Amino acid sequence: MIETLFPNVDWEKAWEKTVETLYMTGISLVWIFIIGIILGLLLFLTSEGNLWQNKFINWIISAVVNIFRSIPFVILIVLLIPFTRVLVGTMIGMEAALPALIIGSAPFYARMVEIGLREIDKGVIEAAKAMGAKTSTIIFKVLLPESMPAIISGITVTAIALVGYTAIAGVIGAGGLGDYAYLDGFSRNQNDVTLFATLLILIIVFIIQFIGDIITKKIDKR
Amino acid sequence: MINVQNITKVFTTKSGPLTAVNHVNFTIDEGEIFGIIGYSGAGKSTLIRMFNGLETPTEGSLTIADKDITNIRGKELRLARREIGMIFQHFNLLWSRTVRGNISFPLEIAGVPKALREKRVENLIKLVGLEGREDAYPSQLSGGQKQRVGIARALANNPKVLLCDEATSALDPQTTDAILDLLVDINRKLGLTIILITHEMHVIRKICHRVAVMDSGKIVEIAPVLDIFRHPKEEITKRFIGQVTEPEETKETIDHLLEKYPDGKIAKLSFIGDVAEQAIITRLIRELPVTVNILQGKVSQTRNGAYGTLFIHIEGNPSDIEAAIDFLNKNQVGVEVVQND
Repeated sequence: MIETLFPNVDWEKAWEKTVETLYMTGISLVWIFIIGIILGLLLFLTSEGNLWQNKFINWIISAVVNIFRSIPFVILIVLLIPFTRVLVGTMIGMEAALPALIIGSAPFYARMVEIGLREIDKGVIEAAKAMGAKTSTIIFKVLLPESMPAIISGITVTAIALVGYTAIAGVIGAGGLGDYAYLDGFSRNQNDVTLFATLLILIIVFIIQFIGDIITKKIDKR
Repeated sequence: MINVQNITKVFTTKSGPLTAVNHVNFTIDEGEIFGIIGYSGAGKSTLIRMFNGLETPTEGSLTIADKDITNIRGKELRLARREIGMIFQHFNLLWSRTVRGNISFPLEIAGVPKALREKRVENLIKLVGLEGREDAYPSQLSGGQKQRVGIARALANNPKVLLCDEATSALDPQTTDAILDLLVDINRKLGLTIILITHEMHVIRKICHRVAVMDSGKIVEIAPVLDIFRHPKEEITKRFIGQVTEPEETKETIDHLLEKYPDGKIAKLSFIGDVAEQAIITRLIRELPVTVNILQGKVSQTRNGAYGTLFIHIEGNPSDIEAAIDFLNKNQVGVEVVQND
């Protein structure tokens, strides 16, 4: 039945490409999570009225974040080619896509982390200060736990955007389902392959959203 | 135990400097419940926040147990803060932690080992009466229960001083009384010094030993609570006292009666301490040929004794009315003629 609907799909290859997409998304997501939280915390802490209030540093981080958030992803890949070459040693394949994926998405996620941190009741931070808490204690025991639902829903949204980015990266040689849909599907005029790759991407997106929603709901005790 | 000297806080705002607290001086004894009352914007919030360094004064010093809080920073300030508990109007609990987790938080900050922490948390839960709610999250608690968690949390590190920042202002009257009773109970059991700020005279009346009245950054009056009730000097103090002694409808009633009985006089009597419990009105009408009509009355209990107010209408011939007022004055009753026709 499925074979008649998608006559040109090579199952083994489709599976291989799915794994590639998941690999690129997964590895970059770990980095984005770490970098995004650090940048988000810095943006929040250096902003006015907060623990490390510093107009200059805040302006610098903010500018960097805004610049990388504004550059269209396709252009960012091209711009990063020299950097990628030095870092990864090649500009083709999954590894080569990672720097662009991470640099393109981490600033976006950092802003979402910042928004989440801003939503924390100032009174709670003040209460922790009144108890004699150090800044590191405030970060790890107040700021991060209290903004966890926003941090998780933010990474869910970022992960979904990232699946899309891996597809774009695929078109210019990174592998994955985007590459499969473009090369095997579009270029060879096999519409069923394009459709099937799209279906697989949709399934991945739904699963990510589903998992994100469950976790957010479970940890949100407000 | 606490010595506030010449403390001043000036904020720089866009529209120029704003003096929130203006050269304030007072001392608080160990084990005292000290109230600061004022309307919003009077500077009381800024003042209480200087007790634990959440706000640094522009001028002056504030010593708690011989330690000047105002010029310490960093680690020393953090250690000092552990000896000063604080509770808030909006409780400021961590929603992500259970009752147990919230109470445990200050102990984690102080680096108390886990086994000890658990034992201490159990004791605190018993102290504030939250048995059975240990594993509930703040969102599952009522306002009164949340403030109980706030109190337990503030007491976790055995502080010497407890600061209450409008701690009952977000609670209904019944819950307010329950929380105030708990504070008195803690004050007695632990000998804890409590400093509270409020805009409700009811809170002051119910639990404070002494009160400072604050207006536009200055302390305009400071005295034991009963003395304030007996001899309020400032207009603003009289207004605060009116909150507890004169129910809303009093003025309407009096206006109505002034119209209805153009003869005689309406007087507001105030009774302090033992006098509040004597049958003075009975003696008055037995000894003098006057008619007394009781319009409204109330007795309020303070920490240092009872304070009562009574509105009466006195009828009779003018000389007898004068004699009646003299009689009341002689019997240590404050008399204030509201209006005569």
